[in-house]
Amino acid sequence: MNVPWLTLLLLLPIIGSLVLTIMPARPGSALPKQIAIAFSVLTLALGVALAVGYDAGGGYQFTENTTWIKLFGAHYSLGVDGMGLTLVLLTVILTPVVMVASWNDGDTGRWGAKGFFAWILALEGLSVGVFAATDVFLFYVFFEATLIPVYFLVAGYGGPNRVRAAVKFLLFSLAGGLVMLASVIGLYVESAKTSGGPTYLISELADLDFGTSVGRWMFVGFFIAFAIKAPMFPVHTWLPDTTESATPGTSVLLVSVLDKIGTFGMIRFCLELFPEASRWATPAIVVLAIISILYGAIMAIGSNNIPRLIAYTSVSHFGFIVLGIFVMNSQGLSGANLYMFNHGLSTAALFLITGFMISRRGSALISDYGGVEKVAPVLAGLFLVAGLSSLSLPGLAPFVSELLVIVGAFVYTPWAAAFAVPATVLAAIYILWMYQRTMTGPVREGVIGMRDLNVREVSALAPLLLLIIVLGFFPKPLLDVINPSVEHTMSEVGLSDPQPNVTEAEVAK
Amino acid sequence: MISTATTVLTEAAHGGHVPVVDPGSAGSLALPLVLVIALPALGATVLLLGGRRTDRFGHLLGTATVAGSFICSLVLFFAILGRDAAHRQVSLDLWTWFSSGRWTVELGLLYDPLSALFLLLITGVGSLIHVYSIGYMAHDERRRRFFAYLNLFVAAMLMLVLASDYVGVFLGWEGVGLASYLLIGFWQYKPSAAAAAKKAFVINRVGDIGLALGIGLIFTTFGTTSFSKVSQLTSAASAGVMTAIGLLLLLAACGKSAQFPLQTWLLDAMEGPTPVSALIHAATMVTAGVYLIVRSQFIFEYTADARLAVSIIGTITLLMGAWIGCAKDDIKKVLAGSTMSQIGYMVLASGLGVAGYAFAIFHLLTHGFFKANMFLGAGSVMHGMDDDVNMRHYGALRKAMPVTFLTFTMGYLAIIGFPGFAGFWSKDKIIETALAQNPALGICALIGAGVTGFYMTRLMLLTFFTEKRWEPGVHPHESPKVMTVPLIVLAALSVLGGLLLLNDWIVTFLAPVTGAAPHEEPPLPAIVISLLAVLVVAVGVALAWFLIGKRDVPREAPAKVSVFTAAGRNDLYGDAFNDLVIVEPGKSFTGGLATFDRSTVDGGFTGTASALAGLSGRLRLAQNGFVRSYALSLLAGAALVLLALVVVNLG
Amino acid sequence: MSPTPFVVLSAILFTIGAVGVLTRRNAIVVFMCVELMLNASNLALITFARANGNLEGQIAAFFVMVVAAAEVVVGLAIIMTIFRTRRSASVDDASLLKY
Repeated sequence: MNVPWLTLLLLLPIIGSLVLTIMPARPGSALPKQIAIAFSVLTLALGVALAVGYDAGGGYQFTENTTWIKLFGAHYSLGVDGMGLTLVLLTVILTPVVMVASWNDGDTGRWGAKGFFAWILALEGLSVGVFAATDVFLFYVFFEATLIPVYFLVAGYGGPNRVRAAVKFLLFSLAGGLVMLASVIGLYVESAKTSGGPTYLISELADLDFGTSVGRWMFVGFFIAFAIKAPMFPVHTWLPDTTESATPGTSVLLVSVLDKIGTFGMIRFCLELFPEASRWATPAIVVLAIISILYGAIMAIGSNNIPRLIAYTSVSHFGFIVLGIFVMNSQGLSGANLYMFNHGLSTAALFLITGFMISRRGSALISDYGGVEKVAPVLAGLFLVAGLSSLSLPGLAPFVSELLVIVGAFVYTPWAAAFAVPATVLAAIYILWMYQRTMTGPVREGVIGMRDLNVREVSALAPLLLLIIVLGFFPKPLLDVINPSVEHTMSEVGLSDPQPNVTEAEVAK
Repeated sequence: MISTATTVLTEAAHGGHVPVVDPGSAGSLALPLVLVIALPALGATVLLLGGRRTDRFGHLLGTATVAGSFICSLVLFFAILGRDAAHRQVSLDLWTWFSSGRWTVELGLLYDPLSALFLLLITGVGSLIHVYSIGYMAHDERRRRFFAYLNLFVAAMLMLVLASDYVGVFLGWEGVGLASYLLIGFWQYKPSAAAAAKKAFVINRVGDIGLALGIGLIFTTFGTTSFSKVSQLTSAASAGVMTAIGLLLLLAACGKSAQFPLQTWLLDAMEGPTPVSALIHAATMVTAGVYLIVRSQFIFEYTADARLAVSIIGTITLLMGAWIGCAKDDIKKVLAGSTMSQIGYMVLASGLGVAGYAFAIFHLLTHGFFKANMFLGAGSVMHGMDDDVNMRHYGALRKAMPVTFLTFTMGYLAIIGFPGFAGFWSKDKIIETALAQNPALGICALIGAGVTGFYMTRLMLLTFFTEKRWEPGVHPHESPKVMTVPLIVLAALSVLGGLLLLNDWIVTFLAPVTGAAPHEEPPLPAIVISLLAVLVVAVGVALAWFLIGKRDVPREAPAKVSVFTAAGRNDLYGDAFNDLVIVEPGKSFTGGLATFDRSTVDGGFTGTASALAGLSGRLRLAQNGFVRSYALSLLAGAALVLLALVVVNLG
Repeated sequence: MSPTPFVVLSAILFTIGAVGVLTRRNAIVVFMCVELMLNASNLALITFARANGNLEGQIAAFFVMVVAAAEVVVGLAIIMTIFRTRRSASVDDASLLKY
């Protein structure tokens, strides 16, 4: 019997969310939190089981396909390849971590802890749907649906400007979604012209040739939506505002999971559906990516607000991912794929640790801190590890992906790499300068007596940091599933890696 | 493809032979090879994760792991010493680190004569410094963490010199950078220490740009980054590409080895505890740049231009370092300037090609001995002087600290190149080779030797001779045994280090890696050059004697000094230059960009939003609440529709 | 029989109704003017039904009458309530629902 594993995986948290919504609970009761954790751990177990069962040979697996709206050619069609699998894994790993880390963050919010955890579960389920959808229409529905939980998570829980931030987030995302909708409709119109009738299945769309100008217009529509989501310069400004107001847990889910939809979509839709248009747009996008890389890094250096700073570092990191995607070679694409996962881990760790610190001191401004290392050494130590992973120290997970992207850029053109690499220096400045200003020096007044991390907080961070270190030395399990999916993308786009200039044959001469 | 595990020689551009890296399998050496890194890595892990539970024995565990590592290094060394020269390279692939497309990077270890010497230096000197630190850090409540970081450093440094792939080198390269960051900023409650640590890391990262891009260029050119494969392919690459790779690697070396123009971090790095300065910022880490160049000889041998650039950078730095050393009153900063200068010698030598590689490594080893010795000696002095580093507050310490004085003197004689001491042999060889290949650089190196004589004599005089200038209440005393014994061992090595050159042993031993040098006739007989060098040094020493030893030393540094002294005190304005050209414009640019982001980029969106809000504010005034005006607009609308219908139907 | 006089009458009635809605303030009068417009359109519908010889117009007229009846019920109730709370049946006084 064919078990619809992915449907189960995405329904499990949504069911959890519904259970939380309808269950009665006294305010302050821990029961809803425990139920939420139970559901997210179950989802994690199922997700890991799927990952173990995934055959590293590549291709879409755990596929399901049912016709949904025949008139449009829309299908309820799920399946994961290496890229989808890694992102699904990232989602199911981060959700329980965020829950443990934000155990008390929802208590004071608009809809209480019950609502907080219910929205998180809903978001988890919808995110799995986004990464597993193999039908453009279904993807679009999930893509837009994820906005709902995030909107309520931001608007209901967080800082004083949260409603404004939530609206800004929603408007940016909706604007992107609207542009994308035009392209989605375009796909229907174009595919309806073919003999097979309208279809939204990626596998069938990838075989269609849309013609140069139509293909390019549709590409641009998708790309704008994903660039807003990713976010890239110059449509990044919603991210710092949102992370500034949201709770750390929400920021993690937003930046580490949801923003990945942008880069995921670039590979899945921009590259695979519109290869010609992608090659056409590559130079411009590479330039934009490099601007994002440097711009985000410089803005991070200039930030005095910790969540804003981390948001800007993400703009820089997403620049690397986009660069890796559009240099269009194995190293760049593998690096970008791996980067998505690693960035999720390192940024999550950074958001959560600084969140713990901010909740203790009650201020997100770097200038309010100083000498934290003296009073909270464990916090400082873990902060440093997370920071070092964000600056891609070799031996920590993000290094491998960043090096792959840089080398991929170098293969594309040395100039791209030469302009991107200085960001590693800037990364050292923004991380270590933040560390210097917050953790070192004499103990500042407001920091005196700050508690070190407690067991709950450390245990939320431990899996992240452990993964960061293990994957730094042994990223093979991920690369083993990513590489076949990269090869698939390369062949869809019709790319091959350039030969090295010097080969053994030449030496023999 | 070379199948046998022998050193196959390929024809190089300049007519000599460039050895390729072609290691055999590690076989029985695998266990010690893994242990040599694993032990300190394990030590660091246990001490960092163990927390306060390991406080009691942390220093002992840290020292034991490095000592164990040293024993493994000895085992390995004697194992390959027993083999013939062609079979001294072995490698061990641990696991595939990552792979993508045609690029596969093995996390592998390469053990050959070059790494063998480094292993002995790192673990040997490292062990001594660990022992010394037990005493030096005895009263620091975070001593356990200090040893954890030291162990981390040793593990990373060993990774650096054992890696079989440029990416593996990168791992160690940044690993030692991290350890250096942690240790410079060990007393991080001092803002100056925290700032110095960050500065060191950031400037090192600038150098790392070179390594990252170098890896990119090596991969695009050869399709691989492993030493053995690259070395087999370099003979067919174009000279331009080789020069580019060479220059990128030079940039990396400049960062890690504090060479001009990335030298400014090293002097600030003296904020760290003194054993750190001895181990990391004198004996081992800062020589990583030299290692990288010598290791990449199969690239540099095909590009005379890059080699010349290397030599020139080395020469500039050796003069700059010596200059700075003359002007400083802080004992550690004099030694730091001296380190820059001595590494300049090594870089100069490594730029001289086959003839110089072995001498670069030779000087690296002897320098490791005598500079570690002197740094630890300086630490011992500071220990007795209540952590005062100003030499103007010292004087006449030879009686108060006899052991420190004697061992320091051995180091002193070695560094100035007193005949028979270690430094004499190694520096002499570099000057000789430089004169033979490029007289201008050779003469600069000779001058540098004279200046070395001057500043080191000045340091000796100010510290151990002349009259007492101690701060009131300071009672100098000799350090405990646990600190003096490492000093004695290092002093002995400073005296005897020259033995490595006996029978040209080190040159022959390194030949499978660096290639055998064709004999070049120096412009003057070797003995004349040696005499000349000794003479120049003697002049420097005498000058110091007349300028400092014969005069009264003021306790406060005189404010009115010559331009040269002022420049030296200000590190030749390296920081001022960076501030003026990079830091300040960078700050303004960052500020400007923040404004741009708020006003223009975000302003574009928020502006659109407020424009829409304003427009809707106007439009909604039409909703005035009077039903009759709504009815009127209804009517107007209906009329409009009718009109449109009429127009369409008529048209 | 020519439909023209009926259509003209319907137009006149409709115009009177429309002008009444636009110019009068008393809610009852406005309401009656609306009824007048509805009936004017009923007249036109029936006229055209007759002219075309089918029933569709008449059916539509029935619908209009039903809607008008419902409207009377709701509308008068609203006017009554407004009058009770405000002591006035002027539509201009009920202008709170704005902007």
